Amino acid sequence: MTTLLSTPSQTVGPFLSIGLTWERAEYVVPEGTPGSFWIRGRLLDGAGEPVPDGLIETWQADPYGNFGLSVPPVRPAGGGSGFGGFGRAMTGPDGQYGLLTVKPGRVTDGAGGWQAPHLDVSVFARGLLHRVVLRIYFADEAEANSADPVLCSLPDDAARATLVARPNGDGGYILDIRLQGDRETVFFAV
Amino acid sequence: MSMSIPPAEAALPRFRRDPAGTHPPLLSPDYRSTRLRAPLKAPVDLPQRMTEVTGPVFGDGLVHADDADLTRGYAEEPAGQRIIVCGRLIDGDGRPIPRSLVEIWQANAAGRYRHDRDNWPAPLDPNFDGMGRTLTDDEGRYAFTTVKPGAYPWKNHHNAWRPAHIHFSLCGRSFTQRLVTQMYFPDDPLFGQDPIFNSVPQAARNRMIAAFSLTDTRPDWALAFNFDIVLRGSEATPFDPERS
Repeated sequence: MTTLLSTPSQTVGPFLSIGLTWERAEYVVPEGTPGSFWIRGRLLDGAGEPVPDGLIETWQADPYGNFGLSVPPVRPAGGGSGFGGFGRAMTGPDGQYGLLTVKPGRVTDGAGGWQAPHLDVSVFARGLLHRVVLRIYFADEAEANSADPVLCSLPDDAARATLVARPNGDGGYILDIRLQGDRETVFFAV
Repeated sequence: MSMSIPPAEAALPRFRRDPAGTHPPLLSPDYRSTRLRAPLKAPVDLPQRMTEVTGPVFGDGLVHADDADLTRGYAEEPAGQRIIVCGRLIDGDGRPIPRSLVEIWQANAAGRYRHDRDNWPAPLDPNFDGMGRTLTDDEGRYAFTTVKPGAYPWKNHHNAWRPAHIHFSLCGRSFTQRLVTQMYFPDDPLFGQDPIFNSVPQAARNRMIAAFSLTDTRPDWALAFNFDIVLRGSEATPFDPERS
């Protein structure tokens, strides 16, 4: 079989918004969707300074745990029409990002169990030569989180906490992403 | 309590890891912006499950034919050398990736981006926004018409200049295949001093350089450059007697 080597990654650079902006891309679901909420947070560098030229990109299942518009179509779509599960948010001058979405359902772990509700996240920025990957989990899913194979694979609660978004009191969630430093976010190699 | 695995789950595709020497190290101190932004802890292995091996599918209405022609949409043509950039989006097994989103952005012919934070004294072009997008066809092919971007100075080190380049964003078929890169032009004399180009291990750098194509050059119209983009190929499916 042919084996070709992959094209190398490069940084998005400081002017990523020219090419990667889509109208309302931060709305994973339309405003007013039942159960929808904002996930917000800041993207921070190793000095704790905001990263104003970053992109947070998310991919998730629908509330029934289906990837309705995915390839291959592994299960029938159950999330209603129009739910793509893909979102993009540029960070602002204060490093802030925000995505309007709904909580994904649980997805099988491929080994007879279940994963806790989660979003897969790519972070791009000037100064990142390759995307970095994390997951966003939800603090109010404690029981599911405690059985999640990915969270369980992490060394300690401090590491897990870097991936768990906390309710912010107005129905939304908050999670800061720290690229570097004492409280560096856990990033994954996929 | 055990739960049965949906048959489709067992048949999910998996994507093989790129060998060492493919991508730049996140911490590449010659590129100064990496120093405070590169994570310093080793990444944790994330086995590929459903979320990692699926990805968005982009419908027909998403892009228009004109979105792939950066020389149109304004009163006049942009200044500069008109070029065609075309190629195929394929995976590491040589298979085309059809109906997949390709996004590009670039500086104008003078080396200036249309962006609030680009303020070096080269002229903006009122007829050029530097943004293009398209879906690959059934054979994974894409083509853009644009102008050759100019080189430009930046503050990384004394007398630092970025070689001419076009930013490419690829979604592939799955979250795992997602890639952002830059396409360079052949024989650029600025390669040697550019820490972003040189952050990639030497043997892999030529995979970021387009090739001039007389075949695709359109007579009396535009020079053409070929740039094939390779995303991660499939992991060979392991034989599992439990599931066969």
